Amino acid sequence: MSIAENSPPRGFRPGQLLYDSRYRSVTIQAIALALLAALLIYLIRNLVDNLHALGKDINFGFLDNRAGYDINQALIPYSNDMSHGRAALVGMLNTLLVASLGCVAATIFGVLAGVLRLSKNWLVSRIMTVYVEGFRNVPLVLWIILIYALLTEATPQPRDFAGDNPTASMLFGVIAITNRGTYIPAPIWGEGGRLLVLVFVLSLIAIWVWRRVARRRQAATGRTLPVVWVSLAILILPTLITFLALGRPLTFDVPEAARFNFRGGVTVLNSFMALWLALSLYTGAFIAEIVRAGILAISKGQTEAAYALGLRPRRTMSLVILPQAMRVIIPPLISQYLNLTKNSSLAIAVGYMDVRATLGGITINQTGRELEGMLLLAGFYLVVSLVISAAMNLYNRRIAIKER
Amino acid sequence: MKTSVMLGTLALAGLAGAVQAATLDDVKARGTLNCGVNTGVTGFGAPDANGNWAGFDVDYCRALAAAVLSDPQAVNFVPTTAQTRFTALASGEIDILARNSTWTFSRDTDLKFDFIGVNYYDGQGFLAPRALGVTSAKELDGATVCIQTGTTTELNLADFFRTNNITYEPVPVATDDEAQQQYLAGACDVYTTDASGLAAVRSSFENPDDHVILPEIISKEPLGPLVRHGDNQWEDIGRWTLYALIAAEELGVTSANVTEMAAAPTENPEINRLLGTEGDLGAMTGLDNQWAVRAIQAVGNYGEVFERNIGSETPIGLARGLNALWTQGGLMYAMPFR
Repeated sequence: MSIAENSPPRGFRPGQLLYDSRYRSVTIQAIALALLAALLIYLIRNLVDNLHALGKDINFGFLDNRAGYDINQALIPYSNDMSHGRAALVGMLNTLLVASLGCVAATIFGVLAGVLRLSKNWLVSRIMTVYVEGFRNVPLVLWIILIYALLTEATPQPRDFAGDNPTASMLFGVIAITNRGTYIPAPIWGEGGRLLVLVFVLSLIAIWVWRRVARRRQAATGRTLPVVWVSLAILILPTLITFLALGRPLTFDVPEAARFNFRGGVTVLNSFMALWLALSLYTGAFIAEIVRAGILAISKGQTEAAYALGLRPRRTMSLVILPQAMRVIIPPLISQYLNLTKNSSLAIAVGYMDVRATLGGITINQTGRELEGMLLLAGFYLVVSLVISAAMNLYNRRIAIKER
Repeated sequence: MKTSVMLGTLALAGLAGAVQAATLDDVKARGTLNCGVNTGVTGFGAPDANGNWAGFDVDYCRALAAAVLSDPQAVNFVPTTAQTRFTALASGEIDILARNSTWTFSRDTDLKFDFIGVNYYDGQGFLAPRALGVTSAKELDGATVCIQTGTTTELNLADFFRTNNITYEPVPVATDDEAQQQYLAGACDVYTTDASGLAAVRSSFENPDDHVILPEIISKEPLGPLVRHGDNQWEDIGRWTLYALIAAEELGVTSANVTEMAAAPTENPEINRLLGTEGDLGAMTGLDNQWAVRAIQAVGNYGEVFERNIGSETPIGLARGLNALWTQGGLMYAMPFR
């Protein structure tokens, strides 16, 4: 008290910015910010000057010009008469396709391998160790090329299926696995096809409802209801009955061997298969380690307590361990999903036409708009990554421990 | 740590700022010519077993280095893919691009480059296995086609199939090597690129006779070296070095007799002007008068370069065709040295 009274009230002196620890941090931050801004301005001006020296401007008008090139996998109608913007969109959808299917498969591989690596069965746990270490420690692009080479070298050519004495035959007579891709029957919807789809979607909803009921019932009473068999029945029976009742409104267009390739059906390109498999196996190996860490983070006492209550090992895992482990697993899992999405830009190694190959490759090359193309590309990946993060963070918040 | 990162960024930005007009001064100061070439097309530009670059385009780079730096070995070959070539040239990583690139309107104007001439008149063709039994490209309805991305051939291919109302499935590949692998593995039915490239590819196969080049040539592909737009002196040096090689063939100057012919003025004034024994054409470009002599000493005249790398005596076995001199029914025509 006396000290405060003794020290005379003094105003702010400039020297305090340097010698007073209350203000020094502000000074340092202000200087750092100014330097950073100066650097950014210098870099941007440098870029603008250089572009000007080359006689180039920044212009996104090329997106409206005719693309003129073809893309071998398009989820939306596309022809070489359409614009570069459309081609970029086709590429974006291809990226999203392989990234989303990759995330699903990687999660399945990762959870299976992570759980099995903790198995008491020596052989199973060792095999999973080999899988995880093998995939984690070899560059992804090598896996992509290796899987692609296997698919290309080990399978017959389409023309081996044709002719009078074909040397290769189709799987079940309808699926052709070739060195260019897998040709599968394409569905053709007849009269009442919509009703069929509606029934199918309704049964999916019914399954979800049934599982929820079963879970509630178990949480409330401890009794379990049969889930797997009932779900399977709901999945198949109503759709099958409708299908027959409507007079089979769904037929299939089976691919046929033509002179060069198969005609008809749906083609799953080998480049897609290779990229998808390699991405999901590679990321799955990382997810396996995350899952293992999450499980090991749960105290052994939880397992023992569950056993003491009479729960079987599988139920212990799904009802006690995994729900708690999820809290540890989800945050690092987000970055694995982001990695997978961004790694899908390695697609060009096997000629899969993702956005990096269409917008970032051919379009840039044909139009000479490197900077604009790369900016758009970066923007696309940024938006996709942020959306994935946001969605996963929402989920994370739902399962996080609720502190009340 | 932070400081070093910042300094590094500044240094990088400074480098990017160093691209400027006087390429000749840069090359002389550096002592080597940075020449952008193919990643490896036999006969046009590929390293041999000892790692020495050799080929039709490579010889042009050596001639230019001999003219500018007096040393045909003073070339730093920078392999570029179809996708990286133009960025490499625009950024100043290379001084000149001699990589069988097609001269097109938009590349000459919008991409801000200047083609300095045509060193090979080419056209796009198709390579198919003989066993496929295809005799014309118009029979290729439904075929799978291997194609290098980022090339004019990609666009020609789309146009050709469109105008003939047939369909195809493209298999995009990044380099010529990759295309060969895919083609040999049967991942595509046919491979399409410039006909000269197809001949080079076929010659490197184990059984070249099992493959045929289809008769259709579906496009004009005038291939030539190119430089950045805006440096006219460097452009002139590149253009007239190419013309010097062509004129030398026309005038009967070869790598064998050039030293002798340049020793004293000959009867033919045009030879004298080319070889610097009369007038001072070299000085007009900023070089000395012996520039063309050195270029011809290094690689020989255009005909010699052609025959040594891709001519009928080589495994590639290309005929002169359109690339014969204008006096022999071809299109090779050097502007007058006057």
